[in-house]
Amino acid sequence: MQHTINPEAHGPRGAAMADAVSACVHCGFCLSACPTYSVLGEEMDSPRGRIYLMKSVLEGDLAATDAQPYIDRCLGCMGCEPACPSGVAYGDLLTSYRALQEETRQRPLIDSVTRRMIVETLPYPKRFRAAAKLGRLGKLMQAALPDQLGAMLGLLPDQLPAPVHLPAKIPAKGQRRARVALLTGCVQTVLAPQINQATVDVLTANGVEVVIPQNQGCCGSIMSHIGETQRAQRLAAHNLQAFPTDVDAIITNAAGCGSGMHEYGLLFKGTAQEAAATHFAQQVQDVTVFLAALGLRAMPATQPARRVAYHDACHLAHAQGVTDPPRALLNSIPNLTLVELDNDLCCGSAGTYNLEQPEIAAELGQRKAQSIIETNADMVVMGNIGCFTQVETHLARLQADVSVLHTIELLARAYQ
Amino acid sequence: MLTSTFYTQLAEICPGNRCLTRAVDLLPYESDALTAFRATPGAVVLPETEAEVIALVRLCHQAGVPFVARGSGTSLSGGSLPIQDGVVIALNRLNAILKIDPEQRTAVVQPGVINLNISKAVAKHNLYYAPDPSSQSICTIGGNVAFNSGGAHCLKYGMTSNHVLAMRVVLPDGEVVEMGSESVEGMGVGPDLIGMFIGSEGLFGIALEITVRLLPIPEQYRTVLAAYDSLESAGNAVAAVVASGLLPGAMEIMDKLALKAAETAVQAGYPAGAVALLIVELEGEAEQVEHEFAQLIDVIKASGAYEIQVAETAAQRAKIWKGRKGAFSSVGRLSPDYVVQDGVVPRSQLGKALAEIERLSADYGLAVANVFHAGDGNLHPLILYDGRQPGALEHAEAFAGEILKLCIALGGTITGEHGVGMEKRAYMPLLFSETDMDAMYAIRLAVDTKLVANPGKKLPSDEAPALKLHGMHPLEQAGIISRE
Repeated sequence: MQHTINPEAHGPRGAAMADAVSACVHCGFCLSACPTYSVLGEEMDSPRGRIYLMKSVLEGDLAATDAQPYIDRCLGCMGCEPACPSGVAYGDLLTSYRALQEETRQRPLIDSVTRRMIVETLPYPKRFRAAAKLGRLGKLMQAALPDQLGAMLGLLPDQLPAPVHLPAKIPAKGQRRARVALLTGCVQTVLAPQINQATVDVLTANGVEVVIPQNQGCCGSIMSHIGETQRAQRLAAHNLQAFPTDVDAIITNAAGCGSGMHEYGLLFKGTAQEAAATHFAQQVQDVTVFLAALGLRAMPATQPARRVAYHDACHLAHAQGVTDPPRALLNSIPNLTLVELDNDLCCGSAGTYNLEQPEIAAELGQRKAQSIIETNADMVVMGNIGCFTQVETHLARLQADVSVLHTIELLARAYQ
Repeated sequence: MLTSTFYTQLAEICPGNRCLTRAVDLLPYESDALTAFRATPGAVVLPETEAEVIALVRLCHQAGVPFVARGSGTSLSGGSLPIQDGVVIALNRLNAILKIDPEQRTAVVQPGVINLNISKAVAKHNLYYAPDPSSQSICTIGGNVAFNSGGAHCLKYGMTSNHVLAMRVVLPDGEVVEMGSESVEGMGVGPDLIGMFIGSEGLFGIALEITVRLLPIPEQYRTVLAAYDSLESAGNAVAAVVASGLLPGAMEIMDKLALKAAETAVQAGYPAGAVALLIVELEGEAEQVEHEFAQLIDVIKASGAYEIQVAETAAQRAKIWKGRKGAFSSVGRLSPDYVVQDGVVPRSQLGKALAEIERLSADYGLAVANVFHAGDGNLHPLILYDGRQPGALEHAEAFAGEILKLCIALGGTITGEHGVGMEKRAYMPLLFSETDMDAMYAIRLAVDTKLVANPGKKLPSDEAPALKLHGMHPLEQAGIISRE
């Protein structure tokens, strides 16, 4: 598509944005893959429409504040990327555009408070744990709070699980086949520490030595995806130092983190750390990708019958193109029937989206829960902590008896 | 410019944020899939009921404000391009499948229903909706009706007009009429009004409810890829397949450039290095397909294909088609801009047409990617250009025009399925005589006395010379007198 964007006028990522706009041919193939378009049915809330709006703002023909509500409503689920025949790097455009706008953005007080709470707590497990405990008290007055804060509290569990401490190095069982470093994540360590434990269990059972860098922190992906570039860079830079380079892979079990870490090159574009960041990004692998390539060791043949639905986390399926490895791993569990969901759209969690756009997030969450129920599965598995909380919440609202597990948790059970 | 009274009336029909008038809301609607044309509408309205659509059309007619109905905005001929300062009636929220009758094999749908969603909804009855435009994952039935959309499988099954049994439409003056009959046999009585409405590109109003015919899902598919070292031999293979008595579901050709783009987009595993790739799909009852398959392989082997692949799994077949159906858009990877042409030639003239296009490509210094429904003789040359160069668009359009003239000269026509739209209206008088054009103008004027329904599309906007003699009176044209 033609445009008059001057790449140099928009910082180090100007060219990435201009290229994405150039690549768009306005064919509309992305519309059917867009969750907000499916809910709202208007062009401004579609990928094609948003590209057009971002283009107009970057060209100087439209005020950024006018376009902002529509850009904010984008989940960043990247469903449009695999649907795009023309190869528009929508994610690069969106992340870069959000970062650019965030520099000058004014927000209403309540939005600022919500965002402040997000950026100051989510990446820091200790703060988040404390906030989550406080939040349980806050649930008592949830009804009196504004939508965003109410939604935030609604997603907190009634009780936090006990923290799990993982040592600096966990040896492989049997013959060592590989050595990896594990990102333990921020929110996940507080809300679902058993996922990291399961990851370690499955990796070591398959002959993989697992290194847990003890001073690692949040990978910065959430911050990067909501346009908080400097915070994201600070967090990411810390991890660039914290992680060893002499490993076969840097493993993540959270799709959001994996997709964000794969974008480190873009995050550090034009800085001294660009090369190191790009190298780090190349080492990052989702745990299912790593295990599927490595090949699983046999698991006990006697397994309970399981009917399992697999939910494609957007940041795994769309942002990283990972759809086959988790299914292959699940299919290798004896006595398991894998069923597909009708609805392959985002569940509405999308990082901080369910906190910032609670209404659309709730609609998408309900649709997703409904499609899970329709499969008659006993359990639904997925590869992302964000979806986890969202799907669990909406299944519970529909009073469905379907357990929600991380792919790796189910694998860990199969090895027990 | 629209008056404030008119805006108030629009918002009474579609209140709140369903009547879009701010620049930020209008911008994303200013173009469809032909971005060379843009026009800013005065308003975009999002009706949610049939009654609202009728009220909107009546209001536009009464006020003499031009309107265009819009589905997913995938037109490649600028058919859903807004009328400057007119109204865009976006039908995306009229997206209900109202009735499925598996015994009659029909479905009744609203115009905003997405083509592929019909097939998804009726799959549990082992049925599907046959017309499959490449944009079927997003294009709407309303748009398919307006443009008589085709697709790869129209070789065997025909176009949209062969699959619509009945319709309720609102004419440009707001009158609501029923056409056709829900019975498959009921189409033979009286004039074929459905045939007239389908493909009228919005000039005769808006379809409100459409009864479509459904077909049983073929028991078996056989999808064959044959690689050739020239476009001409691939074209000759098409003629040979037809001459052998076979009627495949689809016969498609992609040339080297189109293959490169499609392969990059979907990694379908198309034969590497092919100058031309022929895709032939057989479908139907298993026994018959297997019999035809043996025959097809013989014909293809004899046609000089240097490599033959057969899709082994449903997933592989899906990928082959995904690449083919996304081929236009994937050409966006090769060039910042392109014009898609849609000419038709008799099948026997395919080789000649392709050779001539190649010659023109060299003359104009513009690369062409060819993707086409070979079985129908429906060419889709994509002319690649860089719109940042001054005059490049005009140069590409001149080239496209030559291709259309070539199609006409070879006994073909200027559109197979994309419609005339904005893009090709100037070529209508080359295809039709003055008498024909006059007849079209006269019919159009009889249906749309105020010329409010998608004016400026399909027919040249400057009235043909003859029309000035017996068309609208100048005073009528100026809106001073009316025949009503």
